[in-house]
Amino acid sequence: MNAVALTTLGIEIGWGAALAIKTLVILLIIPAGALILGYVFLLKMMSHMQSRLGPMDPGGFHGWFQLIGDGLKFVQKEDLMPDGADRKVFAGAPAVVLISTFLVFLVIPMGPDLVVKDLDIGVFYALAVSSLSVIGILMAGWSSANKYALLGGLRAAGQLIAYELPLLLAVIGVVIQAGTMSLNGIVVAQQQQSIFGIDWIGNPYILTQFVGFLIFLIAAQAELTQTPFDMPVAESELVGGYHVEYTGFRFLFFFMGEYGTAFAFSAIAATLFLGGYALPWVEGDLANWIGPLVLFAKLMLVAFLMFWARFTFPRLREDQLQAFAWKFLIPLGLANLLVTALFKVAF
Amino acid sequence: MWEQQVAFWVIAVAMAGAAIGVVRANNVVHAALFLIVVFAGSAAQYILLLAEFVAWVQVLIYIGAIIVLFLFGVMLTRAPMREERGKLDNSQRLASAVVALFLFGVLAVFLIDAFGGTELRFRDSMVEVGSAASVGDSIFRQFVIPFEVVSMLLLAALVGAVALARRD
Repeated sequence: MNAVALTTLGIEIGWGAALAIKTLVILLIIPAGALILGYVFLLKMMSHMQSRLGPMDPGGFHGWFQLIGDGLKFVQKEDLMPDGADRKVFAGAPAVVLISTFLVFLVIPMGPDLVVKDLDIGVFYALAVSSLSVIGILMAGWSSANKYALLGGLRAAGQLIAYELPLLLAVIGVVIQAGTMSLNGIVVAQQQQSIFGIDWIGNPYILTQFVGFLIFLIAAQAELTQTPFDMPVAESELVGGYHVEYTGFRFLFFFMGEYGTAFAFSAIAATLFLGGYALPWVEGDLANWIGPLVLFAKLMLVAFLMFWARFTFPRLREDQLQAFAWKFLIPLGLANLLVTALFKVAF
Repeated sequence: MWEQQVAFWVIAVAMAGAAIGVVRANNVVHAALFLIVVFAGSAAQYILLLAEFVAWVQVLIYIGAIIVLFLFGVMLTRAPMREERGKLDNSQRLASAVVALFLFGVLAVFLIDAFGGTELRFRDSMVEVGSAASVGDSIFRQFVIPFEVVSMLLLAALVGAVALARRD
């Protein structure tokens, strides 16, 4: 959303106002994204798929009041801290998780000019800052002075380390094809490239990098600690994992961090594999206007796949999880990388 | 230029404070958390020097991986909640102070001798030098052999770790 973009839309603003607008958009995007995903998928889709009656009841039509009621409940709860807790670390942990989510949104383009900062190394930056949330999770698990919380934190760390690698390998395939790490550059590349000479829809990388797309989705699912990879918060084994001691608005922070990150990963997947904000034959100012809507539609499609898996599969065992990452996903990712590189050199 | 000077000193003071915190913390987990501030500070210094790619590599590798492994290891083996006064201390304070002072002296003398009169003048064209493309170019053109040697070293370390951990 830089000044140039708004000028082409007929609005004159200075860099100070542009900075203020950017900050506001980024600050609003996480609560908004968390609300949308929580409402559409967690409450409505899950209730329909699993025949849950509770979330369909409050307020009448499809239980529209449920999420507002949940929010009010969180805000008015007492702010509890366990007796033996390490107070500063305990209080800082939710903030670390949320900050890492905020930083990811800085590089996601919503239109040709609608991006906070189009970094040259955009996708690398996004993965680097999203990996910081593990530290918040470990801080939360340790500082709670609770064995279940600590076990949850350790499981989360082990899982996030293991699935960081397939995630990176899946992204490298896209970077090789696009020839750039800038997310905006990747969108443009998908618009302009062709698949063996057929160029009327460009080259959305979901077609040529389908294996990469699958690896990315699975690894993102594990990074988000969603079922079938939800051992860190497995309520039947660990009560609630690393956030078991958190109540009220601190828990709300973790909740927003989780769904905000799901929103961010869906947006990154939509940008990397589905062509991001771009539609075929749409260029120039029009792309700036409808870009956010197109990106949102694609992102919801990716999020639908993620939450569909979440509501359908049973939980894996801890050793199955590690074996799946190291013995299957990483070799597959390396093979995909090799094939992509060969095709890049050959064609 | 003065903005860069101010930013440098603010970050440098924060880094030095956190580094002292790492040594003085009475709890291993706190020491590791202080270390995050030091690493984040050095990433910020790289950005000040226009080395953007190196800065985010620093974040991904040091903060996202090495610190996480530190914390993981500490919490897996023992996770002390209370302060362990005395247990993390030893009787070699004086010796370590001498070594630290000597190292500081040597580094200061060499750095001032090598770069003492150099003045950095940042231009827009220098942004290119810190980009991922030019870093990749120089690694795979000028420094291919050191790069391959380091890869072999890491591979050997990996094989060694597997051999040590293996039980049969």
